[in-house]
Amino acid sequence: MSLKRNILDLRKRKEKVLQGGGEKAIQKQVAMGKLTARERITSIVDEDSFHEYDLFVEHEARDFGMEKKQLHGDGVIIGTGTIYGQPVCLFAQDFTVAGGSLGLMHARKITKIMDHALKMRVPLIGINDSGGARIQEGVNSLAGYGEIFFRNTLASGVIPQLSVILGPCAGGAVYSPALTDFVFVVENISKMFITGPEVIKTVLGEEISMEELGGAKVHSEITGNAHFYALNELECFEQIKKLLTFIPWHNEKKARPFPPKPPKAEYKIEEIVPHDPTQPYDIRNVIRAISDDSDFFEVMEGFARNIVIGFGRMNGETVGFVANQPLVLAGVLDCDSSDKAARFIRYCDAFNIPLVTLEDMPGYLPGVDQEHAGVIRHGAKILYAYSEATVPKITVIVRKAYGGGYIAMNSRHMKADFMFAWPTAEIAVMGPEGAANIIFRKEIMSAEDPEAMRQEKVAEYKEKFANPYVAAAKGYIDTVIEPEETRKMLLHSLEVSMNKVDRRPSKKHGIPPF
Amino acid sequence: MSNFKEFNVDGTIYTTEVPDSVLNRKKWERPNPNHIKSFIPGTIFEIFVKEGQEVKEGECLMILQAMKMKNKILMPFDGIIEKINVSVDEKVPNRLVMVEIKA
Repeated sequence: MSLKRNILDLRKRKEKVLQGGGEKAIQKQVAMGKLTARERITSIVDEDSFHEYDLFVEHEARDFGMEKKQLHGDGVIIGTGTIYGQPVCLFAQDFTVAGGSLGLMHARKITKIMDHALKMRVPLIGINDSGGARIQEGVNSLAGYGEIFFRNTLASGVIPQLSVILGPCAGGAVYSPALTDFVFVVENISKMFITGPEVIKTVLGEEISMEELGGAKVHSEITGNAHFYALNELECFEQIKKLLTFIPWHNEKKARPFPPKPPKAEYKIEEIVPHDPTQPYDIRNVIRAISDDSDFFEVMEGFARNIVIGFGRMNGETVGFVANQPLVLAGVLDCDSSDKAARFIRYCDAFNIPLVTLEDMPGYLPGVDQEHAGVIRHGAKILYAYSEATVPKITVIVRKAYGGGYIAMNSRHMKADFMFAWPTAEIAVMGPEGAANIIFRKEIMSAEDPEAMRQEKVAEYKEKFANPYVAAAKGYIDTVIEPEETRKMLLHSLEVSMNKVDRRPSKKHGIPPF
Repeated sequence: MSNFKEFNVDGTIYTTEVPDSVLNRKKWERPNPNHIKSFIPGTIFEIFVKEGQEVKEGECLMILQAMKMKNKILMPFDGIIEKINVSVDEKVPNRLVMVEIKA
């Protein structure tokens, strides 16, 4: 009889905690177009798979009236569940409880589930929806953030870490997502910034809304802080689940294979790419023309669009695609596109995902602004990332491969395992126009008709260098292939590279040009 | 297809999209040594000089308060104050020409 009473008491206690911040606060949350923290978790994980821990945790704050306040779960939910049958660890800040503010116990719950995820080698999904530090708890709250950041760094490259921004995430709080692998944002709901509009107005006199300062669009198009943008929370959860189908559960595993599928017939590779190297096309269609089921899952779609990164499958196995995008800025490399590609390359390398690089780029974006923004150190990140990567690395040169860009985009010299070029490939120090102007400056200047001479010399240079055969003659390119053969060659070279071993000098760590 | 523009990379003209961020790039200008610009947005706290006044290198022209700090704005070389474009208590943006001087 007494056991029954104990059980009833437990149920009552649980029920109370499950109310979060209460009816009113939940109504407010819903009115903002947001789901509650528990709804979010249950929408992501498999049905009935979520198990919550630390729900009876209470804060110990004794100042500023906090001793009278009971905050259920201290404003955060932690637990484990499964996604497509695979285990994951999750936390979700509960905005209905004291605005999801982060106090000592709140942080301890998060670090507990982080430690768990790292030990068990399972992905960690963190849902951020918090007003920030719990000011009443003073430095304890700062300590909490610090402990989270440290664990983010420790887990980096060991388990996948996904941050989902579903509410405000301001001040120091933004640095946890920034340290994780993938950040998901939702239109009108996500807000990330270091100093908010109020402070900016007071100090600088500039008026800006939260959305304009650090909304979902801003972070997916301008800052590059976010990797996935969705119009609503449910779309965001679908993106999370889709991403998890492409990546391995930890750094000593490979991503789960899927049944191989041919690309869709509508993507005809020879019809996608214009013969004239100055004409644009969407490189993503080339990726679709060679990947299983033409399924390309793009990462950072709106940021630095002159380079394209993302996941696809070949013969059922995940590959990471890096490709210049001639559609935007002719596919040049610049500060932002270098950052974007370099980080993705390192992600794939850390998680055993082979890299397929498609190259069609005319060089670097010219301009004082780029030089002064440090295009040297940004561009160096790509060289570093490709050189450092030991996963299978295969490059296909589609059209232009000029100058430093040729070297940077996973060339033989960065130790690409296989280098293929289409017959349309132009591998040269620079484009024919620029090169002719330099090499034949005297001839052009002293000619009776300089323009005619210039055209003649451009044609001469094109004839000599604007092809793949000079590089192929030196063995820098393994073979020149017909566009139709691309998928076949990639499948074969990936198969051959399956047990690749590439040992490097032992070191504590390199010093990449961050 | 209408949003394609001509875009020059190393002498070759490419047809491609050019994002606004690149289209609206500010042209670089050589800094004018006779212009004293704000280096941070803030408020003019105090002004110590008048137009036409002769000032020695290193003398304090004004105090620009920003981020709770009172920053001294110093004369870069011996010269004359030609024009003062700000007044006390005025909020100034970054890179505003506050004072024009002459050697």
